[in-house]
Amino acid sequence: MRNLSPEGDSAAQDAQPVLTLDKITKTFPGVKALDGVDLHLFAGQVTALIGENGAGKSTVVKTLTGIYQPNGGQILLHGKPVRFVTPQDAADAGVTAIHQETVLFDELSVAENVFIGHAPKGRFGLIDTAAMHSRTADILGTIGAKISPSVKLKDLGIASRHLVAIARALSVEAQVVIMDEPTAALSQTEIEELYELVDTLKAKGKAILFISHKFDEIFRIADRFTVFRDGQLVGAGQMADVTEADLVKMMVGRAVDQLFPKRHAEIGDKVLTVAGYSHPTEFEDINFTLRRGEILGFYGLVGAGRSEFMQSLIGITKPSKGAVRIGDDVRVIRSPADAIKAGIVYVPEDRGKQGAILDMPIFQNVTLPSLHKTSKDGFIRLAEEFALAREYTQRLDLRAASLDTNVGALSGGNQQKVVIAKWLATKPRVIILDEPTKGIDIGSKAAVHDFMSELAAQGLSVIMVSSEIPEIMGMSDRVIVMRDGRMVAELEGDALSPETLVRHAVGINEQGDAA
Amino acid sequence: MSLTDTTPRVIPDRLRSPMRARMMSWESLLLGVAVGIFILNSLASPYFLNAWNLSDATFNFTEKAMIAFAMALLIIAGEIDLSVAAIIALASTAMGVAMEMGAGTPVLVLVGLGTGLACGAFNGALVTKLGLPSIVVTIGTMSLFRGISYIILGDGAFRGYPSDFSWFGQGYVFWVISVEFAIFALLAVVFGVLLHKTSFGRTVYAVGNNPTGALFSGIRVDRVKMILFLLTGLMSGLAAVCLTSRLGSTRPSIASGMELEIVTMVVLGGVNILGGSGSIPGVVIAAFVMGLVTFGLGLLNVPGIVMSIFIGLLLIGVIALPRLWAMYRKTGG
Repeated sequence: MRNLSPEGDSAAQDAQPVLTLDKITKTFPGVKALDGVDLHLFAGQVTALIGENGAGKSTVVKTLTGIYQPNGGQILLHGKPVRFVTPQDAADAGVTAIHQETVLFDELSVAENVFIGHAPKGRFGLIDTAAMHSRTADILGTIGAKISPSVKLKDLGIASRHLVAIARALSVEAQVVIMDEPTAALSQTEIEELYELVDTLKAKGKAILFISHKFDEIFRIADRFTVFRDGQLVGAGQMADVTEADLVKMMVGRAVDQLFPKRHAEIGDKVLTVAGYSHPTEFEDINFTLRRGEILGFYGLVGAGRSEFMQSLIGITKPSKGAVRIGDDVRVIRSPADAIKAGIVYVPEDRGKQGAILDMPIFQNVTLPSLHKTSKDGFIRLAEEFALAREYTQRLDLRAASLDTNVGALSGGNQQKVVIAKWLATKPRVIILDEPTKGIDIGSKAAVHDFMSELAAQGLSVIMVSSEIPEIMGMSDRVIVMRDGRMVAELEGDALSPETLVRHAVGINEQGDAA
Repeated sequence: MSLTDTTPRVIPDRLRSPMRARMMSWESLLLGVAVGIFILNSLASPYFLNAWNLSDATFNFTEKAMIAFAMALLIIAGEIDLSVAAIIALASTAMGVAMEMGAGTPVLVLVGLGTGLACGAFNGALVTKLGLPSIVVTIGTMSLFRGISYIILGDGAFRGYPSDFSWFGQGYVFWVISVEFAIFALLAVVFGVLLHKTSFGRTVYAVGNNPTGALFSGIRVDRVKMILFLLTGLMSGLAAVCLTSRLGSTRPSIASGMELEIVTMVVLGGVNILGGSGSIPGVVIAAFVMGLVTFGLGLLNVPGIVMSIFIGLLLIGVIALPRLWAMYRKTGG
């Protein structure tokens, strides 16, 4: 490994960076989120910011965009110290961010979303709608998005919303573009388009900060890297000088031998049987059996109906027909409460809205579905509540200042651990994990995978919905592929390969023709 | 199972002691305001520090507070009921009709409570079964319930309630402790325990903070909301019994405008109008604050309209105070 220490980042002295973070420190009560970190962004280059959950990546983004004020150190723009006291200051200085969850407005049109706050003005200072629409169309054109500027945002899917967020970032004259997990919700084609877009931005001389957990992405588009661990800078340099293993070692502090530690589990009796499950619009005729100790993968493209089916299985939406059997008993599940009683729990993809109650403390989140266990005659017993929360958060190796911290204050990976802890505390028989490692860094990812196989080994049945092929391949005993709401394949053993998965998911037959 | 650290981490239960958290809370600030108003009142009027006068002062808030407790839970759960004063009118009218038909006190009480419960059920069903926003539903039922009352009574009134019926609004359980005040104190404890010590109370917070997350966590969100609408209706029925008993008559304009005073009491008590947070002790103190202000101004012969201006300013002032303090500290003044 060469050029891995901050001092060894020789190019930092060669060229003048557009933006520099110089010994930035940011503390929160009880936590040092950033501890004297440096970061350099250069014109026409992509710098990847890499680090585990809680390494300080999001804090850097918030510091750069004027949401947080650092406690120490300074921000230099073209070598001159600047202060971003409000998000507007950062925007005026030409720093723009595409966040993990960029704030967009459902009831406004695409064009209004793109130009909110800086709409082109016409006569009398009124918004020039025609100009706004044509400029939006231009921007959307440059990023290859086929979205009408006049359509309302609420009518768009997740991927299209993301493109709108990107268009919004491009609508201001930015010098520095921060992309925080920009590909998280995109399909493979859209990701390729995003790469082209990044290349365009590079050619225009923009300095780009790219935050991603996906190494293939980082190696595909980044020129430089900066690695954080626990709020400290552990390495920076040129991508050409490092290997994937080097970066992983820097991130986690030691080498990760195997990312998907699948352990052997004894496959036992039938636990869950789903027969002819159908929904008027979302999915049709789903049939499968799940056994004790098994991990069943559900693969498919975004919109294939996997999440909708899972949510129907736990009683959120009603199926039009079909039956569920737990063991040999037929169970009617009309609500999540029924599902919990039947021993089926669901860890949703949307952590912030469906998974956790962000404004409530960790311990109250963990015990929410188990309140009958931590209370007597309806009265809560606080000591038992803390004991249950402590037990399960410790099993998941949660990192938090205290159990009465609000879940919203935790990083994405730790929020996910709280949600999983909450469901394990109900002692389920079947746990459904919907995109369990989405938006989670590589270290926590391996921890979640390890934990999944441990659960299976302990006799739990696991259903894992995932769009990541390595995860599906590495973790599942068996994989069901869904397309347009239908089961199109059930694969295991030798039949299970990345090529067959993709072929079934997109609907191409053996000869490679569209089915 | 971690890759970076093999020793299990022990996460402390709390960083701040509950005692310290309580010291820094909204309730403490409000208690300070209450004490301040008490002292000001006793300085301003020689008649204030008199047990019987103070006892009379509690009638300014006891009926409202009964409803405010249930309303606090409803607002914490993210809903609201603006029809409560109209429920009082309808329940009082129903009691009047029952009285005309010769009902005795026990039946009158049951009619009052039952009417309140029925109105709560109607509101709750519209909100939970049809998924309508509660603010719109209860603005509608506000006119509906009071409208029925006007149709039955016109510009007339029911008078001549049985003499033992007056016990609820005019009786005393011990020395200066009125029946209404005793009911208020009992309900304060019951609602405090319900919200802060039971698993039902916990689900109320969860529903108010994130209804989707609560649903996914196995909480029967609609059932929780329905129970809260029923409770609010029942408490309005109880307030109707007390108020009718105290006034000794029913007019269709009874308790008009009371819903806003109740919401003011709840918000002054620190309940987030958007749902998710708040406490019963806060509402109790807010009830006293509003009662003391009204009574103190009354002793000074301040007209009612000026009182409502004062209550409005108090609400805005108390709510703005922490924000102003934070701004003052931030600018380093």
